[in-house]
Amino acid sequence: MSSEVLHNHVAHAEEHGHHDAGSMTVFGFWIYLMTDCILFATIFATYAVLSGSFAGGPTGQEIFELPYVLVETFLLLFSSITYGFAMIAAHKGEKSKVLSWLGLTFLLGLGFIVMEINEFYHLIAAGHTPQRSAFLSAFFTLVGTHGLHVTSGLIWMAVLMLQVQKKGLTATNQTRLMCLSLFWHFLDIVWICVFTVVYLMGVL
Amino acid sequence: MANEHGHVVHAGSSHGSTKSYIIGFILSVILTVIPFGLVMYPTLSESATLIVIWVMAIVQIFVHLGFFLHMNTSSEQRWNVVAFAFTILITVIVVAGSLWIIHGMHSNMLAH
Repeated sequence: MSSEVLHNHVAHAEEHGHHDAGSMTVFGFWIYLMTDCILFATIFATYAVLSGSFAGGPTGQEIFELPYVLVETFLLLFSSITYGFAMIAAHKGEKSKVLSWLGLTFLLGLGFIVMEINEFYHLIAAGHTPQRSAFLSAFFTLVGTHGLHVTSGLIWMAVLMLQVQKKGLTATNQTRLMCLSLFWHFLDIVWICVFTVVYLMGVL
Repeated sequence: MANEHGHVVHAGSSHGSTKSYIIGFILSVILTVIPFGLVMYPTLSESATLIVIWVMAIVQIFVHLGFFLHMNTSSEQRWNVVAFAFTILITVIVVAGSLWIIHGMHSNMLAH
């Protein structure tokens, strides 16, 4: 009994040490996300300026399919909530649940990326390449940058799943899960701006 | 133990409950379906639709910040919120400033 108390005490002290280091890491990652937000702001500004420069090429109304974009939006939204459930499981220390929720999140994110690549492929096959007009250059830059972020998030998630599988839910892995959580939800927020500014306003 | 785990990472971002995620999700679904519906099946005038989709987008951003990123005004989160507010300021300056300058240049040089 007494050794258990002592053990708990030591474990708690260790956790406390990790607590501070972990929270500083998460705060640092938050600052990175804020700079990423400014990167997106510049690309959005570029798109907003160039969104009417069609150069005789297709307009947004002609090339965007809203039902398709709605499905993409829902894939990302579902992946946000499944990641949330992975975080809840992580706080409870349920490793296998964390892994299954992360796996589901990964598949939803992958579905989003596959749909986006498919959309780009069809646009380019129809001759609507980034070279066609300033509008299309800005479109591919903005949506492509978001897609690259989601792809990096997927690679990170795959690596993190292996780390959790191997080492379990250690304090370090908890911090990593928290950082990826911020990244993943941040990308969903950027997507809200993308579908509003690019797709909805483009078709309106 | 579960409680201690809950405190591993507190500042930077706190964790939510299943309930808060589900509320956030349902609100997000509503705030996504309405603007898509209004654009796909136009019922309002163009300018009214524009206002509605922007309001819905901004509300949905705050729903995500509150229910998914768990931002709040507690003292542990003060610096997160300060950094966020500063970023919003920069974002507004970059986007609105660019549009203003380019619009001014367009109407002064190209349109005449």
